[in-house]
Amino acid sequence: MAKRPAGTLYRGKLGMWTWVLHRITGVGIYFFLLVHILDTALVRVSPEAYNSVVASYKTEIIGIAEIGLVAAILFHAFNGIRIILIDYWRKGAKYQHQMFWIVLAIWVILMAGFVPRQLMHIFGA
Amino acid sequence: MAVIIEQPDAPRSRKGAQWEKRAWIFMRISGFILVFMIIGHLSVNLVLPEHGVKAIDFAFVAGKWASPFWQVYDGILLWLALIHGTNGMRTLVNDYSEREWLRKTLNITLWVVAATLIVLGTLVITTFDPCIDPNVHNYLPDLVCKA
Repeated sequence: MAKRPAGTLYRGKLGMWTWVLHRITGVGIYFFLLVHILDTALVRVSPEAYNSVVASYKTEIIGIAEIGLVAAILFHAFNGIRIILIDYWRKGAKYQHQMFWIVLAIWVILMAGFVPRQLMHIFGA
Repeated sequence: MAVIIEQPDAPRSRKGAQWEKRAWIFMRISGFILVFMIIGHLSVNLVLPEHGVKAIDFAFVAGKWASPFWQVYDGILLWLALIHGTNGMRTLVNDYSEREWLRKTLNITLWVVAATLIVLGTLVITTFDPCIDPNVHNYLPDLVCKA
């Protein structure tokens, strides 16, 4: 049986699913950004207003949600670099799958550093 | 409802093509810069401080924005991230909204929100006054506040 072509860049397999994930993480980060600009704007209102709202970021539930936020940001960031390389590097499209595994490796390493640190901050004394 | 998929090689106005090309290039340039700036932002505010997110309060922000470096840094971050995010959302709206009036309404909403938050955020950074905290001298002892 003849070997089937690996599909085009964004149609099927890794190319498509990373594209989907890039969009989903992007939307999530966008809505957090809106909230984050508004909460930071409270420093212009009063120290009490800012401190009381930022206190909600220090709760256990939001602290854990922040791990999801950082996970989304790190994927979007390094997959974005992969997209730029696919677009501009001569061999980018050829190595798009290998580049995905590099993205995943960087993501795992950075998350392995971040998650324990964040859990210590949230649950630590 | 029939979805019309335009031919990729269909002629489009020179102006429209220029705009889309520039938006496409902007996403890549701003995205590349944002990777480093956001990792810096997360490191300085969330990871490196001794108590992480628990260290963030009004005094923490006042301490950072006492330095022009962080004012400029956060200002650039605000503009780049919001325009990058808004243009990304515009791409999704253009891809997924089937009704033309809805597509236009959502896109206008996106840019109104972006413009509002960019003006708001820029004003917050440039007009920030730590002296609104009566206890400001506990953490910024050298600061001179007008009586």
